[in-house]
Amino acid sequence: MSAGSVTAHAAPSAWGRVRTYRPPSRYLPVLATCALFFGMFAIGGVRYEGFASSQVVLNLFVDNAFLIVLAVGMTFVILTGGIDLSVGSVVALSTMITAWTLRDGWPPVAAVAAVLVVSTGLGLLMGLVIHYFDIQPFIATLAGMFLARGLCYLISIESIPIRDRTFFDLSAAQIPLPGGLYTTPAVVIALVVVGIAAFVLHRTTFGRTVYAVGGSESSALLMGLRVARTKVGVYAISGFCSGLAGLLFALYMLSGYSLHAVGMELDAIAAVVIGGTLLTGGRGFVVGSVLGVLVLGTIQTFISFDGTLSSWWTKIAIGVLLLAFVVLQRLVTRRQP
Amino acid sequence: MSRVTGHPLFWPLLALALLLVVNVVATPSFLDVRVQDGHLYGNLVDIARNGAPVLLVALGMTLVIATRGIDLSVGAVAAIAGAVACVWIAGGAGEGSAGKALTGCAIALVVCLVLGLWNGFLVSVLGIQPIIATLVLMTAGRGLAMLVTDGQITTVNNATFSRIGGGFVLTLPVAILIALAVFGLTALLTRRTALGMLVESVGINPEASRLAGVRARTIIWTAYVFSAVCAGLAGLMIASNTNAADANNAGLWIELDAILAVVIGGTSLAGGRFSLGGTLVGALFLTTLAATIPNIGIPSETNYLFKAVVVIVVCLLQSPQARASLAVRRRTRPAPVEAGAAA
Amino acid sequence: MTQMDVQPPGVATDPAGPVIEMRGISVAFGGVPALSEVDLRLLPGEVHALMGENGAGKSTLIKALTGVYSIDGGTITVDGEEHRFSSPAESQAAGISTVYQEVNLVPNLTVAENMLLGREPRRWGGIDTRAMNRKAAATLDRLGIAVDPASELGTHPIAVQQLVAIARAVDVDARVLILDEPTSSLDADEVEKLFAVMRTLRGHGVAIVFVSHFLDQVYAIADRMTILRNGRLVGERMVRDTTQLELVRLMIGRELEVLDRIDREVSAADGRASGAPVLKALGLSRKRSLEAFDLELYDGEVIGIAGLLGSGRTELARLLFGADTADTGEVEVRSTRRRLRSPRHAIDRRIAFSSENRRAEGVIEDLTVADNMLLALQASRGWLRPIPAATRTRLVEEYLEALDIRPRDPHALMRTLSGGNQQKVLLARWLITQPEVLILDEPTRGIDIGAKAQIQQLVADLARKGMSVVFISAELEEVLRLSDRLVVMRDRRKVDERPNDDLTVSRLLEIIAGETTEARHV
Repeated sequence: MSAGSVTAHAAPSAWGRVRTYRPPSRYLPVLATCALFFGMFAIGGVRYEGFASSQVVLNLFVDNAFLIVLAVGMTFVILTGGIDLSVGSVVALSTMITAWTLRDGWPPVAAVAAVLVVSTGLGLLMGLVIHYFDIQPFIATLAGMFLARGLCYLISIESIPIRDRTFFDLSAAQIPLPGGLYTTPAVVIALVVVGIAAFVLHRTTFGRTVYAVGGSESSALLMGLRVARTKVGVYAISGFCSGLAGLLFALYMLSGYSLHAVGMELDAIAAVVIGGTLLTGGRGFVVGSVLGVLVLGTIQTFISFDGTLSSWWTKIAIGVLLLAFVVLQRLVTRRQP
Repeated sequence: MSRVTGHPLFWPLLALALLLVVNVVATPSFLDVRVQDGHLYGNLVDIARNGAPVLLVALGMTLVIATRGIDLSVGAVAAIAGAVACVWIAGGAGEGSAGKALTGCAIALVVCLVLGLWNGFLVSVLGIQPIIATLVLMTAGRGLAMLVTDGQITTVNNATFSRIGGGFVLTLPVAILIALAVFGLTALLTRRTALGMLVESVGINPEASRLAGVRARTIIWTAYVFSAVCAGLAGLMIASNTNAADANNAGLWIELDAILAVVIGGTSLAGGRFSLGGTLVGALFLTTLAATIPNIGIPSETNYLFKAVVVIVVCLLQSPQARASLAVRRRTRPAPVEAGAAA
Repeated sequence: MTQMDVQPPGVATDPAGPVIEMRGISVAFGGVPALSEVDLRLLPGEVHALMGENGAGKSTLIKALTGVYSIDGGTITVDGEEHRFSSPAESQAAGISTVYQEVNLVPNLTVAENMLLGREPRRWGGIDTRAMNRKAAATLDRLGIAVDPASELGTHPIAVQQLVAIARAVDVDARVLILDEPTSSLDADEVEKLFAVMRTLRGHGVAIVFVSHFLDQVYAIADRMTILRNGRLVGERMVRDTTQLELVRLMIGRELEVLDRIDREVSAADGRASGAPVLKALGLSRKRSLEAFDLELYDGEVIGIAGLLGSGRTELARLLFGADTADTGEVEVRSTRRRLRSPRHAIDRRIAFSSENRRAEGVIEDLTVADNMLLALQASRGWLRPIPAATRTRLVEEYLEALDIRPRDPHALMRTLSGGNQQKVLLARWLITQPEVLILDEPTRGIDIGAKAQIQQLVADLARKGMSVVFISAELEEVLRLSDRLVVMRDRRKVDERPNDDLTVSRLLEIIAGETTEARHV
C-alpha cells in the first residue's frame, strides 16, 4: 500500500528493450542539442561545397578550444545556480599577463603559472564574496569583470605581441591524424579538461554536491554537505578555466590586448544554455556545453562559408538560432516532471 | 538613529554624498551652478543630464527585476530607437521640420513597444528564462539596428530632435525634465495604483499570486514593454545628443549600468520589493562616479578598476543592511532557513 | 493508529546517564526571545516526544541542538561532555541525525545519492556508484521501502521522499535521531512502517526525538515527552502517566472544550430543498490527474472530501477552482456554464480556494500581513483601482480581530508569523472576497490545536450563514465533525458520495478502503 514506485522485474527481450527505450528525461535537452548540431551540419553540407568534411568538424574544435574550456568552467558555476560574468575579462587579463611576462623575459612555464594563479585567485575571491557576504553572483562577478578589465588597462593600453619561441611553436603546431586530418595541442588540452570535469561532476563528492547545491541549497546544507566549500570552489574552478582559456586564446591570437574577448562571457553562457544546462541549476552536463560550443561554431562556419553575409546579418542570424534553440529546449523541458 | 540607518535609502545616499564630498575636495568649485543665456550650467547639471539615459533605462529595469526577471536587450533597443528615428528624419524631404522629428520619435517608440511585447511574450507566455530570452534580442538587436541604418552612421539635422538631448526649457536641460517626468509618472503609476504591490507580489511568489487571481502574465508582460519603451526614450536621447544614430555603439553596455543602478538602489536581483527612489540614487551615483574619475585626476584607463572597487564596497555595505531592514535578522552564517518563523 | 504501544520496561528510570542534556537554553532573534531557559533530557533507547503549539519553540530547540542556530544562553552536554555545534555537519558527525518536516533532500539527485552523499563508498579516488546503489538498496529493503535507488528522487511522490529522508537519517550510525513532524505527509500504512523502524532503533539504544501534532501517534509510540509553551518549558512527563486532556491543558493552558462545542445543524436537507446548486461540476477530468467526476454544491452546506494521500482530493479542488485546466467537462456556476481556465475566472464567479501548500502557493513572505490579506480583493479590482486606505484599514482590522491573528500588526511581514497565523491570514484573504463557494484544502495542517479549533468553528459559522464550503482534510475526525455530505476519493476517482448520517471514523475508513458492501455512487 506504499505510495512508492514499484521496481518492475519483468525481463523483456533485447529487441523489446531497444524498441521501447526511452532515455531518462534528464538527458533529453542534451540529446536535443545533439540532434540540432547534426541537423545544422547536414543543412550546411547540402548547401555549401566542402562543408560536410571531417576537417571542418575538427576545425570547429581547433577554432573554439578556448571557448570549450571556458564553457566547462561556466557549467560548474551555472550548475550551482550561479553565474560568472567575469570570464571574458579574465581571458583578456590572462592574455595580457602572458604577453607582459613573456616580454619581460619570464620562462613560459612561469608565465603560465602566473596566469593560472591570478585567474584562480580572482575566482576564489569572487566565490568568497558571493558566499560569505551573500552578494548575488550577477553583481559580484560583474564587479569581477570590471576589476579584471581594469587590471588589463593597468598593464597596458596597447596590445602586446607574443614573440616567445615556445608559444610560437605551440601556436603553429599541428597534430596529424589519420586520413590527412590534423588537430592542435589546444584541442587536446580542451578535451582533457572536459574529461576531468566530467569525472569530477559525476564521480566525486564535490561534483555531486555541485548538483545538490543547484537542486536545493538549503537541503544540501541540512544534509551536512560541504556547501560553502562547493560554492566557493566552483568560482575558483571557473577562474582557473578562464585562465586556461586565456592561455589557449593567447596561443590563438599571439597577443595580449585589453580589448580581447569582449562579450565572450555571453558566448560561454549561450553555449552552456544551448547545451541543456538549466540556469536555475541542478541539471546539465559538460558534454552538453561542449555541444553548445560546437553549435555556436557551426553558426560561424555557416557564415564564413556563405561569405556574402554582412556583419549585421551575422548578429541577426546568431540571435535567431539562439532563439530557435531556446524555444526548442523549452518545448522539450515542458514535458519533464 | 537606527531608524535613519535602517532606512533602505540611507546607504546609497550616504555613498552619493561621500562621492560629492570627494569631488568638492578635489575641485572646490564642483558644486557651482550658474545661469547663462537662460540656461543652467555646472557640473551637477552635467551629471544629471548625462545620467538621464541611464536613469530611464534603469527605471524600466527596476520593474523587470522586481518581477524576477532581467532585460539585457535595452542597449540594443536604444540603438534601434535611435536608428529608426534618425533614418525617418533624414530620409525624404523636410529633414529639418518639427513634424518629422515628432513622427520619427513616435514611430521609434512604437517599434520599441513591439520589441517589449516580443520580450514579454518569450518570458511570460513561453516561459523562457529572462536572461536568455533578452539575450536573443541583445544579440540580434544591434544587427537589426544596423539593418535600419544600412550599416552607416546616420546623421540628422533637425533642431527639434536635437532639443531632446541638448535643449533647454526654462533654464533646465530637456533631458533632465524628461527623465524626471518619467520617474514621476512611474512612481505615480506604481504607488498610487495597486501596480507596485502586484508587481512585488508576482516577483516574490508568482504561483501564490496566480492562485490569488493576480494576472501574473499580464504584469510580467507589461514590465518588459515598459522597459523597452524606457530604453527607446533613452536611445532617442542618446541619438539626439550626437545628432546621429550609431547602431554599433549607441547605448553600449548601458544594461550593465542600469542593473548596477537598480542594485545599488537596494532592489534585489531576486525580485520582489523594489525602490524607484533607490534606482534614482543609484543612477546618480554611477554618473557622479563617471565624473569623479577625471575630476580627481585618475587616468581614464583605471575607470573600470575604480568602478569595480566602488561597486563592491557599496554592495558590501548594503548586504547586511538589506537583511536588517527587513526587521528579521538572520542567525548564524549561511543557514538559509528563515529566522523567527514558526517553531 | 489508535492502538496503544506496549512500553518496554526499564525506560522510566535512567541507569545510564542521558545521552543529550540541554540546560537553560535561550535563543533570541533580533532581540525577540524564541526560547527561554528550556531544558531537554534525552535518554538512550527511548522515544521522546517534543510537544507544543506552533510558536512554542520546538523547531528552534532542535535547530539549536543541531547547530543550525547559535545559542544565546545555556549548555548542551553530549555524553557528559559540553559541546556546541556550529553547523549541521558537526552535529551529524557527533551522531545526531535530523529529518525535517519539509523533505530536505535534493530532488535532482538519485535516491542512493540522497541517502549516502557525504559517506558514500569510494573506489579509485571517486565514488563507487554500484556499491552505493547496493548499500542504499540494502537499507531500503530493511525498512520495507520499494524504491529503485538509481532513480531520481524528484520523480517520486512526497511521501516516498519522506521515507527516503528517514532512511538517510537511519543509515548514519546515529545515536540521536530527530524526527520533526515526519508523519504529516504519510498515510496510515506508512506511519506504521515508520513506527516499526523507530521501535527497532529504540531497541538498539538510539534516542529518538519525535515532534508531532498528532496526539494519537504520540501516545502510540513515545515513552516520555517534553512540553513547551511560548518558548518556555512547561513540563517533562512520562507518556503513560499523562492523559490527553492533561497534555492539551499543558500545551494550550485552557480546557479544550471548543472542539466539542461546535454544533452542526445538519442542514443538508434544507440545502437541497432550495433547488438550484451554487456550483455544479460536470464530467470534469484531467489527464493523469483525475478521472471524470460530477459534483454539486449547495448553499449553506459543507462537503467533506476524504481519501488517502494521492487519491485525488487536491486535484479535485484545483479543478473546481480552475487552478489546473480541465481536459474535459465544465463547471456550472449558478446556471452559467463555463470551463474555468484560471483562478481569475473562478474568483470572478465568487469561488475561493485555499491551497494545502501554503508556503509555496499562499504566503507572500516579504509583503505585510495587510497586503497578503487584501491581495485577492485587489487583484479582482485590477491594478488601476486601489482599495481606498480607509477601507483597507477597516477590513484588515476586522479580520485580524475576527480570526484572532497574532500579532495584531497589519504591517508585520508575513514571514514573521507562525504557520497557524499565516493560515488565518490566508483564510482572511479569501473571506474578504466574499465568496459563495469556499474550497479549503488541508486548512488545519501543521497548526496547533487552538488555531485548529478556531478554524473549524469558523467553517461551521460560514456554512450557517449560507456559504458553500468544500473541506478537505486527512484528519477524518475533522471531516466528520464538519461535513453535511461526504465525498470519498480513491486512486484518482470519486468512488462514493453520501450524506453524513451518523458516520463514524471506522466506517469512513472502510469506505475509503473500499471494503463496503453498499457503495453509493452518485
